[in-house]
Amino acid sequence: MYQYDEIDQRNVDERVAQFRDQTRRFLAGELTEDEFRPLRLQNGLYIQRYAPMLRIAIPYGLLSSKKLRMLAHIAREYDRGYAHFSTRQNIQYNWPPLERVPDILAELATVQMHGIQTSGNCIRNITTDHFAGIAPDEIVDPRPLAEILRQWSTFHPEFAYLPRKFKIAVNGAAEDRAVIQMHDIGLDLYRNAAGELTLRVWAGGGLGRTPILGSKIRDDLPWQHAITYCEAVIRVYNRYGRRDNSFKARIKILVKALGVDEFKRQVEEEWAQIKDGPNTITPQEFERVSQYFAPPAYEKLDASSVSFDTKLATEPGFANWVKRCVHAHKIPGYRAVTLSLKPTGIAPGDATTEQMEAVADLAQRYSFGELRVSHEQNLILADVKITDLYVLWQAARAHGLATPNIGLLSDIICCPGGDFCSLANAKSIPIAMAIQERFDDLDYLHDIGDIELNISGCMNACGHHHVGHIGILGVDKDGSEWYQVSIGGKQGNDASLGTVIGPSFAADEIPGVVEKLLQVYVQERHDDERFIDSVRRLGIAPFKANVYAGRDRKEAAHV
Amino acid sequence: MSKLIVDNAVVTDEWTLVTLPVVEEEVRKQAGKVVIFKLTGEVAATSEQIAGTLIPDNGKVIVPFSIWQARKTELESRLEAGTLGIWLESFELVEDLISSITDINQLPVIAINFPRFIDGRGYSLATLLRTRYGFRNQLRAIGDVLRDQLFYMRRSGFNAYVIRADRSAADALASLRDFSEPYQGAVDIPQPVWRRIARPSYQPSRGAAMITPVDDID
Ligand code: SF4
Repeated sequence: MYQYDEIDQRNVDERVAQFRDQTRRFLAGELTEDEFRPLRLQNGLYIQRYAPMLRIAIPYGLLSSKKLRMLAHIAREYDRGYAHFSTRQNIQYNWPPLERVPDILAELATVQMHGIQTSGNCIRNITTDHFAGIAPDEIVDPRPLAEILRQWSTFHPEFAYLPRKFKIAVNGAAEDRAVIQMHDIGLDLYRNAAGELTLRVWAGGGLGRTPILGSKIRDDLPWQHAITYCEAVIRVYNRYGRRDNSFKARIKILVKALGVDEFKRQVEEEWAQIKDGPNTITPQEFERVSQYFAPPAYEKLDASSVSFDTKLATEPGFANWVKRCVHAHKIPGYRAVTLSLKPTGIAPGDATTEQMEAVADLAQRYSFGELRVSHEQNLILADVKITDLYVLWQAARAHGLATPNIGLLSDIICCPGGDFCSLANAKSIPIAMAIQERFDDLDYLHDIGDIELNISGCMNACGHHHVGHIGILGVDKDGSEWYQVSIGGKQGNDASLGTVIGPSFAADEIPGVVEKLLQVYVQERHDDERFIDSVRRLGIAPFKANVYAGRDRKEAAHV
Repeated sequence: MSKLIVDNAVVTDEWTLVTLPVVEEEVRKQAGKVVIFKLTGEVAATSEQIAGTLIPDNGKVIVPFSIWQARKTELESRLEAGTLGIWLESFELVEDLISSITDINQLPVIAINFPRFIDGRGYSLATLLRTRYGFRNQLRAIGDVLRDQLFYMRRSGFNAYVIRADRSAADALASLRDFSEPYQGAVDIPQPVWRRIARPSYQPSRGAAMITPVDDID
């Protein structure tokens, strides 16, 4: 993983000093709330409904045991003993005292971490595939480019006050797990016919109030130009994106207003002027950064293990876990393991201090001291020997980290919602918990199979509800909380946005609604058809009919 | 106490900033709002505003770009004399300014207005003036200019800053030094860090400690 040199370290240290002084001036009344807001947001600090919320960057989701232990320490010393892993592969603390935030950031800087640009109208944390470097379908490891872009975007002087937030994702695999089409810029790395590293550029994707999948604006871009091309895109956006209405300020609105072709033309025209400029990436720099992501010291192992096979055959609990939580690896004898942060009864993505410390130990012992955060809000040990899986399972189980539900209905993506977030229309965590409680029967969950259920507490869509196979959105109706349900959304290569099935529901109706949707699937599915496939084949009509059957029309006429 | 910082010092301002007269809401409605920039909904100066703008007869003045465009003949001599500067609104196009003048470096000063400090268009305008159009003279930030944005302004090509009236320019000087070794190439330092400094390459030994488990967790 990338290691800071003196320059990186000085930048984060100077950032802590800068923010400490800004916080001091704010508390002394020398900065107004409005003046302080963008400054604190660009350090990850929100003022939330009940307390501040601090978001710490986990660049492209990669953590070391040492960093995770520090995150656990922060949760214990400054917060209430837990933290929340977000859909942006970051971590959030819900109760940090504002005046102590500079101290928290100073502690984090000692392990090469920070909250820089995790919020605000600037270039945010760069995200990528949580299986980067190990996925069998990987074409190019996206992390070196993600790191180069992280450095380039950090304190970018021209792009610190954009019309709105700006998210960049990089994918380098056949299957796009980085969901690049949901980003303001999506970069797809591949090798062209001559074997050269090349980029496909997508722009204007994003969820929120107006969900739009990104449009392809460039093929065949040699990798050296990644930075200057992004600069061209963002300069066009910074100059012409709307600033009069924050709901219409994302780049997707500009792309739509101009039309993709005109937007493309403007970007190309701008890029022609800066192409080959000093920010063109050199092979030396790419090589230097790539070295930090060289594969760890893998052992030469057999592709299979007799003891592992025996355990699989004799212990159904282990076999269930392997089926859901263990993933293919490109090195023989190794597997990637997801530690589920979605047990029933816990807010999705939450981890306690003890769990974080346990995971840090497990990573150190079984996975080269590194781990990843997935945007599905789980933790991943990427390099586990097949022969270690059984002991790892036992240890993970002891810490409540082995719920065998990855990719199943109870592996819910969920934003913090009305319990924490001041923008929320409705709570989201209790909905997730109610669904997990209703569908707690593992046999049933396994029978339903792969399904993604995503919940957002408002239009901002932090819970990615538009791309959930089932999406649930909190809406406000005359001051009370209602939920709109959509089906048919999907992330990945054939991404799509869900369709709302009809009038909204009260909170306590939601588990029943999910059940009715699943009834239709179970009745109508073809062999080997996942829920999403059935929805795509059947359309929403039969699902809608079953959900609303027998409902009093007046009662159902909300929103 | 002067509010003007040039380079690294607070100095006396020799220039007078000329602004358009504020229009009454009714007048504007009668005149009809002229939206010149649909996407951002900005409003152009009315002809009454342009005619009614008072420019001092003597001394160095910085006039709105719309005034320069509309009253060029009247201002030509001052341009020759080197006593004319022009300021741009954040929604105005730097390209229009360039095409309105034979040599951009005839202007001793160009100012860019930050209507609110969160309006970041000025950073791109400044960058373009410096890197694309070769402007070498004073580039100043005016309007809602606060110390916490100065570092980014300097990196985008500004070398003068009129700090907002209720804040101290002397205090603001410190923020110009917030960071010492920026990553990316920008106007002030065009080369990115990896072209300026030989950075260390990966030392596998640094990671070795993490690979060997320290404590037993059985
Ligand atoms: S989706 Fe809305 S409620 Fe949920 S975290 Fe985002 S802003 Fe808050």
